[in-house]
Parts: sequence; structure tokens; C-alpha cells
Amino acid sequence: MTPVKSKLGLSPTKIAKARKLAAEITAPVQEFIDTHTTVTIERATLRLLGADGANADGVPVPNLIAQACADKLAGGASVFYVNALVKLAKTPAELNKEIEKGLDISKLELTDSRHIQKKADELIKGTDARIAGNVAHRNAQLKLSKDRIKSPMIYVIVATGNIYEDVKQAQAAAHQGADIIAVIRTTGQSLLDYVPYGPTTEGFGGTYATQENFRIMRKALDETGEKEGRYIRLVNYCSGLCMPEIAAMGALERLDMMLNDSMYGILFRDINMYRTFTDQFFSRMINTAADIIINTGEDNYLTTSDAVEKAHTVLASQFLNEKFAANTGMPNRLMGLGHAFEINPDVKNGFLYEYAQALMAREIFPEHPLKYMPPTKFMTGDIFKGLAMNTLFNFVCKATGQGIALLGMLTEAIHTPYLQDRHLAIDNALYVHNTMEGFKDEIEFKKDGIMARRARQVLDETTSFLSEVKAQGLFKAIETAMFAEIKRPRDGGKGFDGVYEKTADYWNPVETYLKKKLKIAGK
Amino acid sequence: MFIKPYGDTSNDGAVQLSFTLPVKNCGRAKEAARLYVQKLGFQKVDVVHAAALSEEFTFFVAYGKTETGIDYDKVEYAEAVDKYMSMDEINEFIKTNFKRKLVIIGACTGTDAHTVGIDAIMNMKGYNHHFGLERYPMIEALNMGSQVPNEKILAKAKELKADAVLVSQIVTQKDVHIKNLTELIELAEAEKMRGKTLLVMGGPRVNNKLAKELGYDAGFGTGTYAEHVATFVVKKLYERMTSKK
Repeated sequence: MTPVKSKLGLSPTKIAKARKLAAEITAPVQEFIDTHTTVTIERATLRLLGADGANADGVPVPNLIAQACADKLAGGASVFYVNALVKLAKTPAELNKEIEKGLDISKLELTDSRHIQKKADELIKGTDARIAGNVAHRNAQLKLSKDRIKSPMIYVIVATGNIYEDVKQAQAAAHQGADIIAVIRTTGQSLLDYVPYGPTTEGFGGTYATQENFRIMRKALDETGEKEGRYIRLVNYCSGLCMPEIAAMGALERLDMMLNDSMYGILFRDINMYRTFTDQFFSRMINTAADIIINTGEDNYLTTSDAVEKAHTVLASQFLNEKFAANTGMPNRLMGLGHAFEINPDVKNGFLYEYAQALMAREIFPEHPLKYMPPTKFMTGDIFKGLAMNTLFNFVCKATGQGIALLGMLTEAIHTPYLQDRHLAIDNALYVHNTMEGFKDEIEFKKDGIMARRARQVLDETTSFLSEVKAQGLFKAIETAMFAEIKRPRDGGKGFDGVYEKTADYWNPVETYLKKKLKIAGK
Repeated sequence: MFIKPYGDTSNDGAVQLSFTLPVKNCGRAKEAARLYVQKLGFQKVDVVHAAALSEEFTFFVAYGKTETGIDYDKVEYAEAVDKYMSMDEINEFIKTNFKRKLVIIGACTGTDAHTVGIDAIMNMKGYNHHFGLERYPMIEALNMGSQVPNEKILAKAKELKADAVLVSQIVTQKDVHIKNLTELIELAEAEKMRGKTLLVMGGPRVNNKLAKELGYDAGFGTGTYAEHVATFVVKKLYERMTSKK
């Protein structure tokens, strides 16, 4: 890691200690992950082998296969899909049609395993070429637009519920200066144990993540990027009960970033912890392979709890997210660790604390494209005050060199952003970022001033918090509400019945491919 | 009393507007914006700012003056509670009048995952230095969190013999909250809980008037703290208890 001179006087020894604790905390969880699979991992695998489509009732083909396999999923679902392709001499598209019509591939007698392996190798080669092609295309475009992408990158959200309206708003935002467009998902999608199929026009507070919607928005942003001479990045939500499947779809359709947290689903969506930990690993392997930047969800700790008192839970979670991601071979440059500007505006010197914490994150994670989130909790409907708060947020963003600035909307807490709200937000950010371009390098801080003391305090609290978590074990720590003051029993939550201990002869050619490509040790 | 907006002189009727029109930014677009505001009933319209949002959309800031006024004396609105009590007063009130702890459960129901509102009211910590209901010694508070099905919260209310149920709705796009809130009332009706368990709704786009229309006992919008909700709950329960005797 590049050594950076700390302007806050943070102790490298303490930072190293926190990292060591994170490694010790995640190790036993990783052991569980390595020996388990889940229904959505199997479906994601099938998708990467070519399974797609949905039957007349809207049940996706990967779900039809998984349902037919039932407990056989513990041995992996791929074998049945690849076997069917070999035995019936069909292309994936042809086979998908048969499955839509009711063919149960789990009932077909298995052919010689060498034929199955050979077919799998061929399919993987195709998938790998498609993903590699996406990465190459993105890199070429980024190289061309290198000088026109801002620092921090400007990230805005569209959330109309209708993919075609989303396109209009996204294109307008890109025209105004946005570098990154996130299509918010419809409320409730995270708890669906399937990914809907096809283009959609009906969502609430967001739009369904479907592969077709990904394609529609990708095409629209490529068009606008072409016009603006700047590659526009596309983001979606790799979270919830279908985390690895969304990752697979994103890899295939060249999304550029994915919201993806190792514990968010457990705490804030009541998804089972074994399920989430296992799913996040597989999804992060896919994201790494597709060179997709993940955005972790630490901002949620501050909307749930007090942002001054619980600042250390953000840093603790960043260390855990970093280690879980590193376990998938993910380089630092793909880890968009999250944090947020959520201190009550009435707190005296609150701005100094925000500034100190954002700079602390920057110094501790120097190579990571940190994702900084704007004020939401104390946005009230007073749009004028809201705009002022967003301006201070933009200041901290620039002053601390954040990688990804999710812009605040002055109408936060009122409605999903209007076209003009995004314009006002982007205008504000462009103004602040430009007027203080060289500020970061100009400024230093008092050795024992308010900011340096604040950052040191948060780091100290983080290490002692991580020591407590380590003593309990991560599963127990979550059960006893150590994170976000939310209790989640290890056998509770949604999706627990979709977790399987892998059988001795578990076969998953996609997993083998990913582990080989990402140089992950183990089987 | 007849009133009009106040800009810098009594009854000048000055109003500030901002909006977007689906046309390219040009002189004609600006004139269209001015005429449009005039059509809304404003006079002396001034379009002070126009900015292109894209090649197809323009954003405007405009000022206008209105002749329209309103008779304030004829405006009717019932606040959920006239005068609020503090946390300590509420606890004393419960001790004295009920001689037992009150049970209040809350959740974001339906597909809504935004717990910031219900957390502000229920959680120990509260919001903006106003403690939440979990902190109240005489209240047994349970926050069920996000995306709780309506059936589930009512079942829990029965199980715990809850005195009040708080329902929070943040996402209101396309009126999704109305549908969900109505469903909850219908279920409560079927379960014969209405009139027994207090049903209270909250959210940024919610107020007492809407709540009454939907069949809730009260509704609370932005700026609400735990003591506001608690005051309503204890007073209303007391009123019911004493009127039965």
C-alpha cells in the first residue's frame, strides 16, 4: 500500500492492528463460505453458463432449474444444465426454450462426465470472452475520456420506476455533468428470490433490476457518452436475495459499479447471515473478474444510529468489507468503501468531525475509490437548508479527495429527484469542486487540533470495537446487536433455507474458473 | 381574516416558483415559461433564470404576484393533540392513570425499507435529542423494522396485546403508501382491532387529515418526535378508558 503522510497524525501501527483484527474476524466466516453454496449462487452459475428467459408465469429459467434440482443443489446445479446441452445437442437458447415449456433437466440421465466437462469448458470460454470484451471496451473508453472524468466522480441516482423514463433522466444528468448513473431498484426487490425478466415500466421508488433493463440503460449511456466525449458509468444493486445473479447480469451487460456489502442485507434487510456471507463472496468474485467497482453500504450505520457516537462502526465495517473483498482477489482500486456525511447539523463543530472522518477514511484507504454519501437523515423538506448542507458535503468531498461523490438532492425526504433537482445538485458540485481544485494540497491541520483528535479517537474506538467483535466472533456479534444496534439470529432471516453445505462431489465450473482467474487458493 | 402571500409588502401576493418545461432552452422557451406562469393566475411574472437540463428540457425560476387570497378563519384543521407532554410527564401520566406499562409496536410495512422515521420515534436514541419510545420506562416498545407485512404486524399486536400500532411509510411514489395503509386498515377491521388498538401512521408525506380519511386514529408528518406520538397515544387511550366507565 502506498505510504501516505498522515495529516491527521494517524498511527500506522494502529491501522495495521485494525487490519489484523479484521483478518482474524473474517477467517472463520470464510471457512463457512468455502464449504457452502446457495440457491442464488447456483442460479448465478447457470446464468453465466447461458440460462436465461422465463416461462409464461414469469418464473425465470434459472429458478425453474433450481426448483427442479431441489436438494440436489448441494452438489451443484450446473451438471444438469450442461448435461442437458450435451445430451439433447442443443444451444443454451434452445434449451432455455424447452425449460420454459416445462422440461425438467434434473431428470435426465447423466452422460459421461468428460463430455460434460468439455462442454462446460467451452461455455466458460464464451463467458470469459464476453466479460473480457466488456472490460477491454470499458478500459478503452475510459482511456479516451480520461481528462473529462471528474475527481471526485459525480454520481447521481434515477428512480422513476419506468426504465424508459429513467433513460431520459439519466441522459439529461450525464449531459449536465454526471459521471455515474445509478438506477435505484424498486422497493422490495431485494427480498425477491428471483430476478424479474424483461423490460419493466412499473416500480415504486425505483426500477426493477432486470437484464433487459441493464441492456437498455447501458445502450442509452453509451450513446450519451459518445456525444459528451466521456464514458458514463452505470451502477446497480448487487444486494438482497439474488446478489450473485445481479453480479452475473452486470458482468454480462457491462455495468461498471455495483452496490455490494458483506453485511448490509443481514442488518438492514433481515436476510440470513449465512446466506449473505456466502452470496457476497461469490458475487464479489464475479465483480472482480468483470473489473466492477463495488460500493459498500456503511452509510446505513449512520442513518440508523447517531453519526457522532457510532462513527467507529463505519470504519470497522470498512475494514471488514475490505478483507472480505480481498478474499475474492479484488484489488483495492475496485473497493468503493462507503461512508457518509450524516452528523446532525445542530452539532457544534459537526463539520470538523465530518471533515476529519472523511480524511481519516482517505488516509487509511489510500488506493480505494471511496464512496461518500450525502446528508439524508437531517434533510427535512426545507430545500434551501438542504442545498446549504449539500454544499458543505461537496466541500468535504473535494477537500479529502473522495473517489465517488453521490450527490445530495435538495428535495431529499420529499420525493424521488425531479429532473431539475439533479441539475441543481450537479451545478453545486461542479462549482464547489472547481473553485477549490487545489485546496486539498494547500491545507494542513493542527497537530492536536479538533480534527486530528477526532480522527484518532474514531480509530481507537474502531480497534477496541473490532477486538470485542473478534472475542465474540462475527456471527455472535451480529446476534447481539453489535452492528447498527440490530439483532439478527444466525438461523433467522430470509433465505436461510437456500443455503446448502456442498457435497464432496460438488461441481461448479464457474466457481473453478473464477478461482483460477482470480488466483484464489483452495478448492 | 383574508390573507395573501407576503413578499416584501403586506398582501403583495408574491410567489416564487421553479419548474421544468420539456423544450430546448431559447428565448421562445423563456417566453413560454412566462406565459405559463401567467396562465396559472399570476401577474407581473418575471422569469429570472433559465438553464438547459439537456437538449430537450429547460429549468426555470420565476416570480409572480397573485390576486388570490384565502379567508384564514374558514380554514379547518384538527391537530392530533393540542398540547404535548414531555417524556417525564407521559410516564407519570401512564403510572397514574393506567397503573401498567403500555405496549406500542411499530414498523415500516409493505415493501417500504426506509426505517429512518420509525427509528426516530421508537429507538432508544430517538432523533435530534428527543428520546425514542424504547427509552420510556412506562412504555414497552417494539420496533419490528422494515418491510413487515401488514398481517405480521397485526398478529404481533394481538400476541403482545398492543395498545397502539405505529405504521411508517416513507416511499410515496405513485401513492404506493395509500394502497398499503388502506390494506392495513381493512385487515384491522377484519380482525376487529379497530376501535381497540390505536392505529397511528407516520411519514414525511403524511398528516393528521390524511390519516383520518384513511381510517387511522392519527397521523404525524415531518418534525414529529416520540413525545408527540406518545402524548396522543396516552391521551386517546385515557379518553377511551374513561368514556367506557
